[in-house]
Amino acid sequence: MSHLSHSPFLTFLLLSIIKIAVVLVITLTAVAYTVLLERKVLGRMQNRWGPSRVGPFGLLQPLADGIKLFLKEDMMPLAVERPLFVMAPIIALACALISISMVPFGAKTMIHINGTKVDAGQISDINIGLLVILGITSIGIYGIALSGWSSNNKYSLFGSLRASAQLVSYELALGLSLVGVVLRAGSLSLRDIVRSQSAHGLISWNIFGGLQIVAFFIYLMAAYAETNRAPFDLPEAESELVAGYHTEYSSMKFAMFFMAEYANMITVACVASLLFLGGTLSPWGNTFNHIAFLNGPTATYFLGIMWFVSKVLFFILLYIWVRATVPRFRYDQLMGFGWKFLMPVAILNILATALILAYRS
Amino acid sequence: MQLALFIIFGLLAVAGALNLLFQRHPINSALSLIVVMMSLAVLYWSLGAEFLAAAQVIVYSGAIMVLFVFVIMLLNAGEEERNTKGSKVAYIAGIPGAAAVFCLLTFVFLKEKQQLGYAMLQEMMTGAVSNLTAISHQLFTSLLLPFEVTSVLILVAILGAVVLARKEL
Repeated sequence: MSHLSHSPFLTFLLLSIIKIAVVLVITLTAVAYTVLLERKVLGRMQNRWGPSRVGPFGLLQPLADGIKLFLKEDMMPLAVERPLFVMAPIIALACALISISMVPFGAKTMIHINGTKVDAGQISDINIGLLVILGITSIGIYGIALSGWSSNNKYSLFGSLRASAQLVSYELALGLSLVGVVLRAGSLSLRDIVRSQSAHGLISWNIFGGLQIVAFFIYLMAAYAETNRAPFDLPEAESELVAGYHTEYSSMKFAMFFMAEYANMITVACVASLLFLGGTLSPWGNTFNHIAFLNGPTATYFLGIMWFVSKVLFFILLYIWVRATVPRFRYDQLMGFGWKFLMPVAILNILATALILAYRS
Repeated sequence: MQLALFIIFGLLAVAGALNLLFQRHPINSALSLIVVMMSLAVLYWSLGAEFLAAAQVIVYSGAIMVLFVFVIMLLNAGEEERNTKGSKVAYIAGIPGAAAVFCLLTFVFLKEKQQLGYAMLQEMMTGAVSNLTAISHQLFTSLLLPFEVTSVLILVAILGAVVLARKEL
Protein backbone atom coordinates (compact mmCIF):
# COMPACT_ATOMS: atom_id res chain seq x y z
CA MET A 1 0.00 0.00 0.00
CA SER A 2 2.95 2.34 0.46
CA HIS A 3 3.17 3.14 -3.23
CA LEU A 4 -0.53 3.87 -3.31
CA SER A 5 -0.45 6.32 -0.43
CA HIS A 6 1.93 8.50 -2.41
CA SER A 7 -0.14 8.48 -5.56
CA PRO A 8 -1.31 12.03 -6.34
CA PHE A 9 -4.42 10.69 -8.02
CA LEU A 10 -5.59 8.87 -4.90
CA THR A 11 -4.94 11.94 -2.77
CA PHE A 12 -6.93 14.01 -5.24
CA LEU A 13 -9.76 11.47 -5.21
CA LEU A 14 -9.85 11.33 -1.42
CA LEU A 15 -9.80 15.12 -1.03
CA SER A 16 -12.52 15.48 -3.66
CA ILE A 17 -14.71 12.96 -1.85
CA ILE A 18 -14.16 14.84 1.42
CA LYS A 19 -15.09 18.12 -0.29
CA ILE A 20 -18.20 16.58 -1.81
CA ALA A 21 -19.25 15.13 1.55
CA VAL A 22 -18.76 18.44 3.36
CA VAL A 23 -20.63 20.44 0.71
CA LEU A 24 -23.43 17.87 0.60
CA VAL A 25 -23.90 17.89 4.36
CA ILE A 26 -23.89 21.70 4.47
CA THR A 27 -26.33 21.93 1.56
CA LEU A 28 -28.74 19.45 3.09
CA THR A 29 -28.58 21.21 6.46
CA ALA A 30 -29.14 24.50 4.66
CA VAL A 31 -32.15 22.96 2.93
CA ALA A 32 -33.62 21.83 6.26
CA TYR A 33 -33.07 25.22 7.86
CA THR A 34 -34.37 27.10 4.82
CA VAL A 35 -37.65 25.28 5.37
CA LEU A 36 -37.64 26.36 9.02
CA LEU A 37 -36.67 29.92 8.07
CA GLU A 38 -39.49 30.05 5.57
CA ARG A 39 -42.03 28.83 8.10
CA LYS A 40 -40.77 31.26 10.75
CA VAL A 41 -40.60 34.31 8.48
CA LEU A 42 -43.93 33.51 6.81
CA GLY A 43 -45.43 33.15 10.24
CA ARG A 44 -44.16 36.53 11.38
CA MET A 45 -45.37 38.14 8.16
CA GLN A 46 -48.83 36.68 8.74
CA ASN A 47 -48.79 37.82 12.37
CA ARG A 48 -48.32 34.40 14.01
CA TRP A 49 -45.42 32.55 15.60
CA GLY A 50 -44.49 29.76 13.22
CA PRO A 51 -42.90 26.59 14.66
CA SER A 52 -41.80 27.29 18.22
CA ARG A 53 -42.29 24.08 20.22
CA VAL A 54 -39.36 21.79 19.31
CA GLY A 55 -36.15 23.08 20.85
CA PRO A 56 -35.31 26.71 21.57
CA PHE A 57 -37.19 29.02 19.12
CA GLY A 58 -38.27 25.87 17.24
CA LEU A 59 -34.69 25.31 16.05
CA LEU A 60 -34.98 21.52 16.19
CA GLN A 61 -38.12 21.47 14.06
CA PRO A 62 -36.25 20.28 10.90
CA LEU A 63 -34.94 17.31 12.87
CA ALA A 64 -38.44 16.42 14.04
CA ASP A 65 -39.76 16.78 10.48
CA GLY A 66 -36.97 14.58 9.18
CA ILE A 67 -37.70 11.83 11.71
CA LYS A 68 -41.41 12.09 10.94
CA LEU A 69 -40.85 11.72 7.19
CA PHE A 70 -38.47 8.79 7.71
CA LEU A 71 -40.86 6.89 9.93
CA LYS A 72 -44.00 7.46 7.88
CA GLU A 73 -45.44 4.56 5.94
CA ASP A 74 -44.22 4.52 2.37
CA MET A 75 -47.45 4.14 0.39
CA MET A 76 -47.27 3.07 -3.20
CA PRO A 77 -50.57 2.97 -5.10
CA LEU A 78 -51.15 -0.22 -7.08
CA ALA A 79 -51.72 1.43 -10.45
CA VAL A 80 -48.45 3.32 -10.63
CA GLU A 81 -45.71 2.71 -13.17
CA ARG A 82 -43.34 1.25 -10.54
CA PRO A 83 -39.75 1.81 -11.80
CA LEU A 84 -40.43 5.34 -13.01
CA PHE A 85 -42.42 6.19 -9.89
CA VAL A 86 -39.39 5.28 -7.76
CA MET A 87 -36.88 6.88 -10.13
CA ALA A 88 -38.60 10.28 -10.44
CA PRO A 89 -37.81 11.69 -6.96
CA ILE A 90 -34.25 10.37 -7.23
CA ILE A 91 -33.73 12.21 -10.54
CA ALA A 92 -35.21 15.40 -9.11
CA LEU A 93 -33.04 15.37 -5.98
CA ALA A 94 -29.85 14.23 -7.73
CA CYS A 95 -30.06 16.96 -10.35
CA ALA A 96 -30.78 19.56 -7.68
CA LEU A 97 -27.73 18.51 -5.66
CA ILE A 98 -25.26 17.98 -8.53
CA SER A 99 -25.42 21.60 -9.68
CA ILE A 100 -24.08 22.78 -6.29
CA SER A 101 -20.72 21.21 -7.24
CA MET A 102 -20.02 23.94 -9.83
CA VAL A 103 -20.60 26.77 -7.37
CA PRO A 104 -17.44 28.56 -6.13
CA PHE A 105 -18.53 29.25 -2.56
CA GLY A 106 -15.18 30.57 -1.33
CA ALA A 107 -12.20 32.48 -2.68
CA LYS A 108 -9.75 30.34 -4.64
CA THR A 109 -7.59 28.72 -1.92
CA MET A 110 -5.16 26.07 -3.07
CA ILE A 111 -4.22 23.39 -0.55
CA HIS A 112 -1.02 21.45 -1.24
CA ILE A 113 -1.11 17.93 0.14
CA ASN A 114 1.09 15.06 -0.99
CA GLY A 115 2.05 16.75 -4.24
CA THR A 116 -1.54 17.49 -5.23
CA LYS A 117 -3.15 20.89 -5.43
CA VAL A 118 -6.79 21.06 -4.43
CA ASP A 119 -9.03 24.12 -4.49
CA ALA A 120 -10.79 24.44 -1.13
CA GLY A 121 -13.25 27.05 -2.43
CA GLN A 122 -15.09 24.94 -4.95
CA ILE A 123 -15.68 21.28 -5.79
CA SER A 124 -14.78 21.56 -9.46
CA ASP A 125 -13.77 24.55 -11.53
CA ILE A 126 -15.06 23.74 -15.00
CA ASN A 127 -14.52 26.20 -17.83
CA ILE A 128 -18.19 25.90 -18.85
CA GLY A 129 -19.60 25.78 -15.31
CA LEU A 130 -22.58 27.99 -16.11
CA LEU A 131 -23.64 25.79 -19.03
CA VAL A 132 -23.29 22.68 -16.89
CA ILE A 133 -25.60 24.17 -14.27
CA LEU A 134 -28.15 25.04 -16.97
CA GLY A 135 -27.85 21.55 -18.46
CA ILE A 136 -28.34 19.76 -15.15
CA THR A 137 -31.31 21.98 -14.32
CA SER A 138 -32.88 21.06 -17.65
CA ILE A 139 -32.41 17.35 -16.86
CA GLY A 140 -34.15 17.92 -13.53
CA ILE A 141 -37.41 18.49 -15.46
CA TYR A 142 -37.62 14.73 -16.05
CA GLY A 143 -38.01 14.10 -12.34
CA ILE A 144 -41.14 16.23 -12.26
CA ALA A 145 -42.50 15.12 -15.64
CA LEU A 146 -42.09 11.42 -14.89
CA SER A 147 -43.48 11.66 -11.37
CA GLY A 148 -46.75 13.05 -12.68
CA TRP A 149 -47.06 10.57 -15.50
CA SER A 150 -46.09 7.48 -13.54
CA SER A 151 -48.48 8.29 -10.67
CA ASN A 152 -51.43 7.45 -12.92
CA ASN A 153 -53.45 10.26 -11.36
CA LYS A 154 -55.11 13.14 -13.18
CA TYR A 155 -54.05 15.79 -10.68
CA SER A 156 -50.47 14.59 -10.78
CA LEU A 157 -50.44 14.52 -14.57
CA PHE A 158 -51.81 18.05 -14.76
CA GLY A 159 -49.30 19.26 -12.23
CA SER A 160 -46.39 17.72 -14.07
CA LEU A 161 -47.62 18.95 -17.48
CA ARG A 162 -47.88 22.45 -16.08
CA ALA A 163 -44.49 22.17 -14.46
CA SER A 164 -42.71 20.90 -17.57
CA ALA A 165 -44.32 23.52 -19.82
CA GLN A 166 -43.44 26.24 -17.34
CA LEU A 167 -39.86 25.06 -16.88
CA VAL A 168 -39.22 24.75 -20.62
CA SER A 169 -40.68 28.21 -21.29
CA TYR A 170 -38.87 30.02 -18.51
CA GLU A 171 -35.57 28.29 -19.19
CA LEU A 172 -35.34 30.43 -22.35
CA ALA A 173 -35.72 33.72 -20.50
CA LEU A 174 -33.38 32.46 -17.78
CA GLY A 175 -30.67 31.45 -20.23
CA LEU A 176 -30.99 34.64 -22.28
CA SER A 177 -30.78 36.85 -19.19
CA LEU A 178 -27.39 35.31 -18.39
CA VAL A 179 -25.92 36.05 -21.83
CA GLY A 180 -25.28 39.71 -20.96
CA VAL A 181 -23.20 38.68 -17.95
CA VAL A 182 -21.29 36.12 -20.01
CA LEU A 183 -20.61 38.73 -22.70
CA ARG A 184 -19.19 41.03 -20.08
CA ALA A 185 -16.98 38.39 -18.48
CA GLY A 186 -16.00 36.75 -21.77
CA SER A 187 -16.10 33.34 -20.13
CA LEU A 188 -18.53 30.68 -18.94
CA SER A 189 -16.44 29.73 -15.94
CA LEU A 190 -18.10 30.91 -12.74
CA ARG A 191 -14.72 31.87 -11.26
CA ASP A 192 -13.97 34.11 -14.24
CA ILE A 193 -17.41 35.69 -14.03
CA VAL A 194 -16.82 36.50 -10.36
CA ARG A 195 -13.33 37.83 -11.17
CA SER A 196 -14.75 40.14 -13.85
CA GLN A 197 -16.68 41.97 -11.10
CA SER A 198 -13.77 42.43 -8.72
CA ALA A 199 -12.38 45.82 -9.80
CA HIS A 200 -13.96 48.39 -7.46
CA GLY A 201 -16.13 46.50 -5.01
CA LEU A 202 -19.85 47.19 -5.01
CA ILE A 203 -19.93 49.49 -8.04
CA SER A 204 -18.33 46.97 -10.39
CA TRP A 205 -20.78 44.15 -9.60
CA ASN A 206 -22.79 43.18 -12.63
CA ILE A 207 -26.04 44.47 -11.20
CA PHE A 208 -24.67 48.03 -10.81
CA GLY A 209 -21.48 48.69 -12.77
CA GLY A 210 -22.13 45.99 -15.35
CA LEU A 211 -25.49 47.62 -16.21
CA GLN A 212 -27.13 44.22 -15.93
CA ILE A 213 -29.94 45.33 -13.66
CA VAL A 214 -32.57 44.45 -16.28
CA ALA A 215 -31.01 41.02 -16.70
CA PHE A 216 -31.02 40.66 -12.93
CA PHE A 217 -34.77 41.19 -12.70
CA ILE A 218 -35.43 38.86 -15.64
CA TYR A 219 -33.27 36.21 -13.97
CA LEU A 220 -35.03 36.70 -10.66
CA MET A 221 -38.50 36.25 -12.14
CA ALA A 222 -37.48 33.32 -14.34
CA ALA A 223 -35.82 31.73 -11.32
CA TYR A 224 -39.06 31.89 -9.32
CA ALA A 225 -40.77 30.04 -12.17
CA GLU A 226 -37.90 27.54 -12.52
CA THR A 227 -38.12 26.57 -8.88
CA ASN A 228 -41.94 26.41 -8.87
CA ARG A 229 -42.15 29.07 -6.22
CA ALA A 230 -44.90 31.59 -5.56
CA PRO A 231 -46.16 33.54 -7.51
CA PHE A 232 -45.47 30.90 -10.17
CA ASP A 233 -46.28 27.80 -8.10
CA LEU A 234 -49.00 26.58 -10.45
CA PRO A 235 -47.65 23.01 -10.66
CA GLU A 236 -48.58 22.52 -7.02
CA ALA A 237 -51.51 24.90 -6.69
CA GLU A 238 -53.30 23.44 -3.66
CA SER A 239 -56.68 24.90 -4.48
CA GLU A 240 -56.98 23.21 -7.86
CA LEU A 241 -54.52 20.30 -8.03
CA VAL A 242 -54.39 18.85 -4.48
CA ALA A 243 -50.58 18.90 -4.44
CA GLY A 244 -49.65 18.72 -8.11
CA TYR A 245 -47.06 16.27 -9.32
CA HIS A 246 -46.27 14.81 -5.89
CA THR A 247 -49.88 14.05 -4.91
CA GLU A 248 -49.30 10.29 -4.77
CA TYR A 249 -45.93 10.44 -3.02
CA SER A 250 -45.48 9.83 0.67
CA SER A 251 -42.74 9.41 3.24
CA MET A 252 -39.15 9.73 1.99
CA LYS A 253 -40.13 9.96 -1.67
CA PHE A 254 -42.18 13.06 -0.89
CA ALA A 255 -39.31 14.36 1.24
CA MET A 256 -36.97 13.97 -1.72
CA PHE A 257 -39.18 16.20 -3.88
CA PHE A 258 -39.39 18.67 -1.04
CA MET A 259 -35.61 18.68 -0.60
CA ALA A 260 -35.12 18.98 -4.36
CA GLU A 261 -37.32 22.08 -4.46
CA TYR A 262 -35.40 23.81 -1.68
CA ALA A 263 -32.01 22.67 -3.03
CA ASN A 264 -32.99 24.17 -6.38
CA MET A 265 -33.90 27.36 -4.58
CA ILE A 266 -30.45 27.47 -2.99
CA THR A 267 -28.71 26.75 -6.31
CA VAL A 268 -30.64 29.51 -8.04
CA ALA A 269 -29.78 31.90 -5.20
CA CYS A 270 -26.10 30.87 -5.49
CA VAL A 271 -26.06 31.50 -9.24
CA ALA A 272 -27.78 34.86 -8.80
CA SER A 273 -25.27 36.00 -6.20
CA LEU A 274 -22.33 34.76 -8.30
CA LEU A 275 -23.48 36.34 -11.53
CA PHE A 276 -24.98 39.60 -10.39
CA LEU A 277 -23.75 40.33 -6.86
CA GLY A 278 -20.08 39.39 -7.16
CA GLY A 279 -20.24 36.02 -5.38
CA THR A 280 -17.46 35.82 -2.82
CA LEU A 281 -16.32 39.43 -3.30
CA SER A 282 -16.83 41.95 -0.52
CA PRO A 283 -18.90 45.06 -1.33
CA TRP A 284 -16.05 47.44 -0.48
CA GLY A 285 -13.49 45.94 -2.84
CA ASN A 286 -9.89 46.74 -1.94
CA THR A 287 -10.64 49.53 0.57
CA PHE A 288 -9.50 47.54 3.62
CA ASN A 289 -6.58 45.75 1.99
CA HIS A 290 -4.04 47.63 4.12
CA ILE A 291 -5.22 45.78 7.25
CA ALA A 292 -2.81 42.83 7.43
CA PHE A 293 -5.20 40.68 9.48
CA LEU A 294 -7.76 40.60 6.64
CA ASN A 295 -5.15 39.67 4.05
CA GLY A 296 -4.08 36.27 5.37
CA PRO A 297 -5.21 33.22 3.43
CA THR A 298 -7.48 31.95 6.21
CA ALA A 299 -9.20 35.30 6.68
CA THR A 300 -9.63 35.73 2.92
CA TYR A 301 -11.13 32.25 2.66
CA PHE A 302 -13.61 32.63 5.49
CA LEU A 303 -14.55 36.22 4.62
CA GLY A 304 -15.28 35.08 1.06
CA ILE A 305 -17.54 32.32 2.34
CA MET A 306 -19.23 34.77 4.71
CA TRP A 307 -20.01 37.25 1.92
CA PHE A 308 -21.26 34.49 -0.32
CA VAL A 309 -23.50 32.98 2.34
CA SER A 310 -24.95 36.37 3.25
CA LYS A 311 -25.78 37.08 -0.40
CA VAL A 312 -27.45 33.69 -0.77
CA LEU A 313 -29.36 34.28 2.45
CA PHE A 314 -30.55 37.63 1.06
CA PHE A 315 -31.99 35.87 -1.99
CA ILE A 316 -33.69 33.22 0.14
CA LEU A 317 -35.29 35.90 2.31
CA LEU A 318 -36.42 37.63 -0.87
CA TYR A 319 -38.04 34.37 -2.00
CA ILE A 320 -39.93 34.08 1.27
CA TRP A 321 -40.97 37.72 1.20
CA VAL A 322 -42.31 37.37 -2.35
CA ARG A 323 -44.21 34.23 -1.39
CA ALA A 324 -45.88 36.05 1.49
CA THR A 325 -46.75 39.06 -0.68
CA VAL A 326 -47.71 38.16 -4.25
CA PRO A 327 -50.79 36.08 -5.17
CA ARG A 328 -50.56 33.24 -7.66
CA PHE A 329 -50.72 33.94 -11.41
CA ARG A 330 -53.32 32.45 -13.74
CA TYR A 331 -51.82 29.92 -16.16
CA ASP A 332 -52.28 31.95 -19.37
CA GLN A 333 -50.87 35.01 -17.58
CA LEU A 334 -47.84 32.93 -16.62
CA MET A 335 -47.18 31.78 -20.18
CA GLY A 336 -47.86 35.23 -21.64
CA PHE A 337 -45.54 36.84 -19.14
CA GLY A 338 -42.74 34.42 -19.96
CA TRP A 339 -42.98 34.46 -23.73
CA LYS A 340 -44.28 37.96 -24.50
CA PHE A 341 -42.55 40.03 -21.84
CA LEU A 342 -39.49 38.35 -20.30
CA MET A 343 -38.06 36.87 -23.49
CA PRO A 344 -38.21 40.03 -25.68
CA VAL A 345 -36.79 42.12 -22.83
CA ALA A 346 -33.98 39.59 -22.38
CA ILE A 347 -33.15 39.75 -26.09
CA LEU A 348 -33.15 43.56 -26.00
CA ASN A 349 -30.82 43.39 -23.01
CA ILE A 350 -28.39 41.17 -24.92
CA LEU A 351 -28.48 43.61 -27.86
CA ALA A 352 -27.88 46.63 -25.63
CA THR A 353 -25.04 44.93 -23.74
CA ALA A 354 -23.37 43.81 -26.96
CA LEU A 355 -23.63 47.32 -28.45
CA ILE A 356 -22.19 48.96 -25.33
CA LEU A 357 -19.34 46.45 -25.18
CA ALA A 358 -18.59 46.93 -28.88
CA TYR A 359 -18.65 50.72 -28.44
CA ARG A 360 -16.30 50.61 -25.45
CA SER A 361 -13.69 48.33 -26.98
CA MET B 1 -8.93 7.00 -16.46
CA GLN B 2 -9.99 8.18 -19.90
CA LEU B 3 -10.17 4.60 -21.11
CA ALA B 4 -12.29 3.65 -18.10
CA LEU B 5 -14.67 6.54 -18.86
CA PHE B 6 -14.83 5.50 -22.50
CA ILE B 7 -15.59 1.87 -21.67
CA ILE B 8 -18.24 2.68 -19.04
CA PHE B 9 -20.10 5.30 -21.05
CA GLY B 10 -19.61 3.57 -24.39
CA LEU B 11 -21.20 0.44 -22.97
CA LEU B 12 -23.94 2.54 -21.38
CA ALA B 13 -24.67 4.20 -24.74
CA VAL B 14 -24.87 0.83 -26.52
CA ALA B 15 -27.03 -0.64 -23.76
CA GLY B 16 -29.33 2.39 -23.90
CA ALA B 17 -29.61 2.11 -27.67
CA LEU B 18 -30.49 -1.60 -27.49
CA ASN B 19 -32.98 -0.92 -24.70
CA LEU B 20 -34.53 1.79 -26.89
CA LEU B 21 -35.25 -0.84 -29.54
CA PHE B 22 -36.43 -3.62 -27.25
CA GLN B 23 -38.70 -1.65 -24.89
CA ARG B 24 -42.38 -1.85 -25.69
CA HIS B 25 -43.53 1.27 -23.97
CA PRO B 26 -42.74 4.53 -25.83
CA ILE B 27 -41.84 6.38 -22.62
CA ASN B 28 -39.22 3.77 -21.72
CA SER B 29 -37.77 4.06 -25.21
CA ALA B 30 -37.64 7.84 -24.89
CA LEU B 31 -35.85 7.55 -21.54
CA SER B 32 -33.33 5.10 -23.04
CA LEU B 33 -32.65 7.64 -25.76
CA ILE B 34 -31.90 10.21 -23.06
CA VAL B 35 -29.41 7.78 -21.50
CA VAL B 36 -27.74 7.39 -24.90
CA MET B 37 -27.51 11.16 -25.34
CA MET B 38 -26.08 11.74 -21.88
CA SER B 39 -23.46 9.01 -22.39
CA LEU B 40 -22.53 10.57 -25.73
CA ALA B 41 -22.14 13.91 -23.95
CA VAL B 42 -19.68 12.32 -21.52
CA LEU B 43 -17.77 10.81 -24.45
CA TYR B 44 -17.60 14.22 -26.17
CA TRP B 45 -16.32 15.73 -22.96
CA SER B 46 -13.66 13.06 -22.55
CA LEU B 47 -12.52 13.92 -26.09
CA GLY B 48 -12.03 17.54 -24.99
CA ALA B 49 -15.16 18.97 -26.62
CA GLU B 50 -16.78 20.30 -23.46
CA PHE B 51 -18.97 22.87 -25.21
CA LEU B 52 -20.37 20.21 -27.53
CA ALA B 53 -21.11 18.04 -24.49
CA ALA B 54 -22.98 20.84 -22.73
CA ALA B 55 -24.89 21.71 -25.92
CA GLN B 56 -25.80 18.04 -26.34
CA VAL B 57 -27.23 17.90 -22.82
CA ILE B 58 -29.04 21.25 -22.95
CA VAL B 59 -30.45 21.02 -26.49
CA TYR B 60 -31.08 17.32 -26.98
CA SER B 61 -31.69 15.84 -23.55
CA GLY B 62 -33.00 19.02 -21.94
CA ALA B 63 -35.23 20.47 -24.64
CA ILE B 64 -36.01 18.12 -27.50
CA MET B 65 -36.48 14.97 -25.44
CA VAL B 66 -38.62 16.88 -22.93
CA LEU B 67 -40.98 17.65 -25.80
CA PHE B 68 -40.95 13.97 -26.84
CA VAL B 69 -41.78 12.84 -23.31
CA PHE B 70 -44.39 15.59 -23.10
CA VAL B 71 -46.13 14.39 -26.26
CA ILE B 72 -46.06 10.77 -25.10
CA MET B 73 -47.55 11.84 -21.77
CA LEU B 74 -50.26 13.95 -23.42
CA LEU B 75 -51.26 11.28 -25.92
CA ASN B 76 -51.09 8.70 -23.14
CA ALA B 77 -49.66 6.25 -25.66
CA GLY B 78 -49.98 2.65 -24.52
CA GLU B 79 -47.70 -0.32 -25.04
CA GLU B 80 -47.04 -1.22 -28.61
CA GLU B 81 -48.50 -4.51 -29.81
CA ARG B 82 -46.15 -7.11 -31.17
CA ASN B 83 -48.27 -9.96 -32.50
CA THR B 84 -47.21 -9.33 -36.09
CA LYS B 85 -44.13 -11.15 -37.27
CA GLY B 86 -42.60 -8.16 -39.07
CA SER B 87 -41.65 -8.12 -42.72
CA LYS B 88 -39.36 -10.81 -44.08
CA VAL B 89 -37.52 -8.28 -46.25
CA ALA B 90 -36.34 -6.49 -43.14
CA TYR B 91 -34.83 -9.67 -41.77
CA ILE B 92 -33.23 -10.82 -45.02
CA ALA B 93 -31.93 -7.49 -46.33
CA GLY B 94 -31.90 -5.27 -43.25
CA ILE B 95 -29.56 -7.12 -40.88
CA PRO B 96 -26.83 -7.86 -43.45
CA GLY B 97 -27.27 -4.33 -44.80
CA ALA B 98 -26.81 -2.78 -41.38
CA ALA B 99 -23.78 -4.99 -40.76
CA ALA B 100 -22.30 -3.96 -44.12
CA VAL B 101 -22.78 -0.25 -43.38
CA PHE B 102 -21.22 -0.73 -39.94
CA CYS B 103 -18.19 -2.53 -41.43
CA LEU B 104 -17.79 0.10 -44.15
CA LEU B 105 -17.89 2.99 -41.68
CA THR B 106 -15.44 1.26 -39.33
CA PHE B 107 -13.11 0.61 -42.23
CA VAL B 108 -13.26 4.22 -43.43
CA PHE B 109 -12.72 5.61 -39.93
CA LEU B 110 -9.76 3.33 -39.24
CA LYS B 111 -8.19 3.85 -42.65
CA GLU B 112 -8.59 7.62 -42.86
CA LYS B 113 -8.21 8.51 -39.21
CA GLN B 114 -5.40 10.98 -39.87
CA GLN B 115 -7.54 13.00 -42.30
CA LEU B 116 -10.60 12.88 -40.06
CA GLY B 117 -8.87 14.59 -37.14
CA TYR B 118 -7.81 11.59 -35.11
CA ALA B 119 -6.62 12.42 -31.60
CA MET B 120 -5.46 10.49 -28.57
CA LEU B 121 -7.80 10.69 -25.60
CA GLN B 122 -4.98 11.32 -23.16
CA GLU B 123 -3.77 14.55 -24.75
CA MET B 124 -7.18 16.13 -25.03
CA MET B 125 -8.11 15.67 -21.38
CA THR B 126 -4.94 17.13 -19.92
CA GLY B 127 -4.82 20.26 -22.08
CA ALA B 128 -7.19 22.63 -20.31
CA VAL B 129 -7.75 24.77 -23.41
CA SER B 130 -11.17 26.29 -23.80
CA ASN B 131 -12.45 25.31 -27.21
CA LEU B 132 -15.36 27.71 -26.81
CA THR B 133 -13.28 30.54 -28.28
CA ALA B 134 -12.14 28.32 -31.14
CA ILE B 135 -15.71 27.27 -31.98
CA SER B 136 -17.06 30.83 -31.92
CA HIS B 137 -14.14 32.04 -34.02
CA GLN B 138 -14.91 29.41 -36.64
CA LEU B 139 -18.63 30.19 -36.55
CA PHE B 140 -18.23 33.92 -36.97
CA THR B 141 -15.48 33.89 -39.60
CA SER B 142 -15.28 31.00 -42.04
CA LEU B 143 -18.77 29.62 -41.32
CA LEU B 144 -20.58 32.95 -41.03
CA LEU B 145 -22.89 32.51 -44.04
CA PRO B 146 -24.14 28.99 -43.14
CA PHE B 147 -24.58 30.12 -39.54
CA GLU B 148 -26.74 33.10 -40.47
CA VAL B 149 -28.71 31.10 -43.05
CA THR B 150 -29.45 28.49 -40.38
CA SER B 151 -30.74 31.16 -38.01
CA VAL B 152 -33.05 32.50 -40.73
CA LEU B 153 -34.22 28.94 -41.36
CA ILE B 154 -35.03 28.45 -37.68
CA LEU B 155 -36.89 31.78 -37.64
CA VAL B 156 -38.98 30.64 -40.62
CA ALA B 157 -39.73 27.38 -38.82
CA ILE B 158 -40.86 29.27 -35.69
CA LEU B 159 -43.13 31.52 -37.78
CA GLY B 160 -44.55 28.46 -39.51
CA ALA B 161 -45.28 26.84 -36.16
CA VAL B 162 -47.04 30.00 -34.94
CA VAL B 163 -49.16 30.19 -38.11
CA LEU B 164 -50.10 26.51 -37.83
CA ALA B 165 -50.96 26.82 -34.17
CA ARG B 166 -53.16 29.89 -34.58
CA LYS B 167 -55.35 29.45 -37.62
CA GLU B 168 -57.23 32.73 -37.08
CA LEU B 169 -54.13 34.85 -37.70
